[in-house]
Amino acid sequence: MSDIIRRDPRAEWIARNRLHPLHAAMQQGQQHSWMGPNGVIRKNPHGVGFIGPNGIKRIDRSGAQQGTSNKRSAAAVVELPLHQVLQPAFYIAVVPDMVGGRLGSHDRDLLGLAHSLAGSDGAVLAVVFGEHKENNFSTAGVDRLLIIEGDEFDGYAPEQLVQGLRAVDNQFNPRHWLLPDSRTGGGELGRRFAAAINERPATRVWQVKDGQCSGRAGAGQQDLIRGLPRLILAAAECAEPVSETRHEALPEQLSTSVARSLPRIEDLGPVAVDPAAIAMAEAEFIVSGGNGVKDWELFHRATVALGATEGASRVAVDDGFMPRNRQVGATGTWVTARVYVAVGISGAIQHLQGIGACDKVVAINMDPGCDMIKRADLSVIGDSAAILQALIEAVENYRNDAKRDAA
Amino acid sequence: MNTKVISLVSIGAHPSSGRTRRAEQDARAVELGLQLAGDNLQVLHAGDPREPALRAYLGMGLEQLDVLEQPSGADALGVLGDYLRDAGAQLVLTGSQAETGEGSGMLPFLLAERLGWPLVVGLAEVESIHNGVAQVLQALPRGQRRRLKVRLPLLATVDNAAPKPRQSAFGPARRGVLAARQVQIVEDELFTSAELQPAKPRPKRLKVIKAKSGADRMKAATAKASGGGGQVLKDVSSQAGAEAILKLLVEEGVLR
Repeated sequence: MSDIIRRDPRAEWIARNRLHPLHAAMQQGQQHSWMGPNGVIRKNPHGVGFIGPNGIKRIDRSGAQQGTSNKRSAAAVVELPLHQVLQPAFYIAVVPDMVGGRLGSHDRDLLGLAHSLAGSDGAVLAVVFGEHKENNFSTAGVDRLLIIEGDEFDGYAPEQLVQGLRAVDNQFNPRHWLLPDSRTGGGELGRRFAAAINERPATRVWQVKDGQCSGRAGAGQQDLIRGLPRLILAAAECAEPVSETRHEALPEQLSTSVARSLPRIEDLGPVAVDPAAIAMAEAEFIVSGGNGVKDWELFHRATVALGATEGASRVAVDDGFMPRNRQVGATGTWVTARVYVAVGISGAIQHLQGIGACDKVVAINMDPGCDMIKRADLSVIGDSAAILQALIEAVENYRNDAKRDAA
Repeated sequence: MNTKVISLVSIGAHPSSGRTRRAEQDARAVELGLQLAGDNLQVLHAGDPREPALRAYLGMGLEQLDVLEQPSGADALGVLGDYLRDAGAQLVLTGSQAETGEGSGMLPFLLAERLGWPLVVGLAEVESIHNGVAQVLQALPRGQRRRLKVRLPLLATVDNAAPKPRQSAFGPARRGVLAARQVQIVEDELFTSAELQPAKPRPKRLKVIKAKSGADRMKAATAKASGGGGQVLKDVSSQAGAEAILKLLVEEGVLR
């Protein structure tokens, strides 16, 4: 419902006309008359009217006050219909990637595919390992939610995850297993699981239709069309995500404990990578400099202090301050960074195209009206040299604090 | 180093012309093997020994390439598994997925399951091998690396994070020997039920507006793309601005 105030002349007329049968219903605020305990009508004459702007009580008999505003505030919260599966005839198991502990778009597409495979009788069972930060499982289309916790699943333990999936397979015996065919874990886990349970999966599936699925084969030159197998590794955008129903996301439990596999692969943790060696297109954190950067020495020091990959706008490259392979934008590299810091870049449309896939954009600029500020999630207006200098100091303080806490 | 290294190679296909070539990731597996074992590297292929594209691997400086002779469409899993078990290999390197045929990327997983070996996905670098334990770097998305310690024998797949393959030279490619050996032929039953077609372009996802009322549809159609959502810090000291940026970087977890 819109917030625009509309007059309802008929309601105003009823509120004005004390003889109208609906007159009482049009009065705002508290009740003025009610049936007393002895069956006598009681009235509160002080309840009529309202306090005007000068602090004087006014009684408005024109009806304009009473007739309009009493039912306007109800904001319509659309409640999606609840999709309930009381006695699931079968399960469709989904193992989302949960990058950063949340459902990603690939995971949602997969849940949409699972929902279409489950129909009205089956239930979509999401299997999540370890802790998560997601609170929208119900709108993503999860009917049953199984969270498998335990410190043996921490870190990189693919063989233990396969044991967990085996336990789920034994208990629920899902009709289909759906995993994302992604580099962030799903592709590897799905293939390991397929090898463990000796199922031939359909990989890189991009369409499921009429019991047939199409997946890319070879180097992407061909499609492989086959009947729907039990284990499906689906590509991104394999189906539309669930948007029209709400689901229960009822918690499920494993009845047996997961068998412990002897870890043959020991995880020694992540390794510090030289940010300059990471390809621009897949760097996670980029600090870019443009025409507004005057002190390039300071800019390089700032990127080293932040541990960021360096980028540049076209002007900076043309002027010879940065190499050509660092250029971000339509004629340079299209980046996919999670965090992109633009220092002194006003935001030409070619540059904004290049950063279209970035999640968070931070702008440091002198001009508060430039296009980069409109795109940015956080903008700081000011001299870039002073802010970079302050940023270097702030990062050093932060690192020192972290060291002191650790000691 | 006296670790026996075997690289498994397949026939690739050029992405635009479709002509046979050395497969990109398998060539990286050969390159990694050459860096680890030098001349002692053994390279193995299951398929047709008369395929000219195999000579491109020999051109990387190999004297011999072993071929388990099979017609196309045969299942390579069984013969490779038997061969590797008998060959006494400590480290087996493969590409992530084939460029022709099904290309499901399942072969290394099935081989590891059959041999009972650990499998490392996305091997980028072998740091050291001591007393039958290898310390390796695994490539993660976004250029990150993870250090793993694995007991040999080990099967590892390489992807584009592995070292770039050296150029193939014509002379060594002509001189090298393709040593074929006869093996039992197992038919792959996949293509009895599935068919390969030229890839269809994937439908582009449309932005469907599911509005119940006309006013909502109008609003969705005329809405500005973005903007106005960001926080703008104006007239603040550079220290305060830097603190705000630092807070966002820490929240996003990009500051290491």
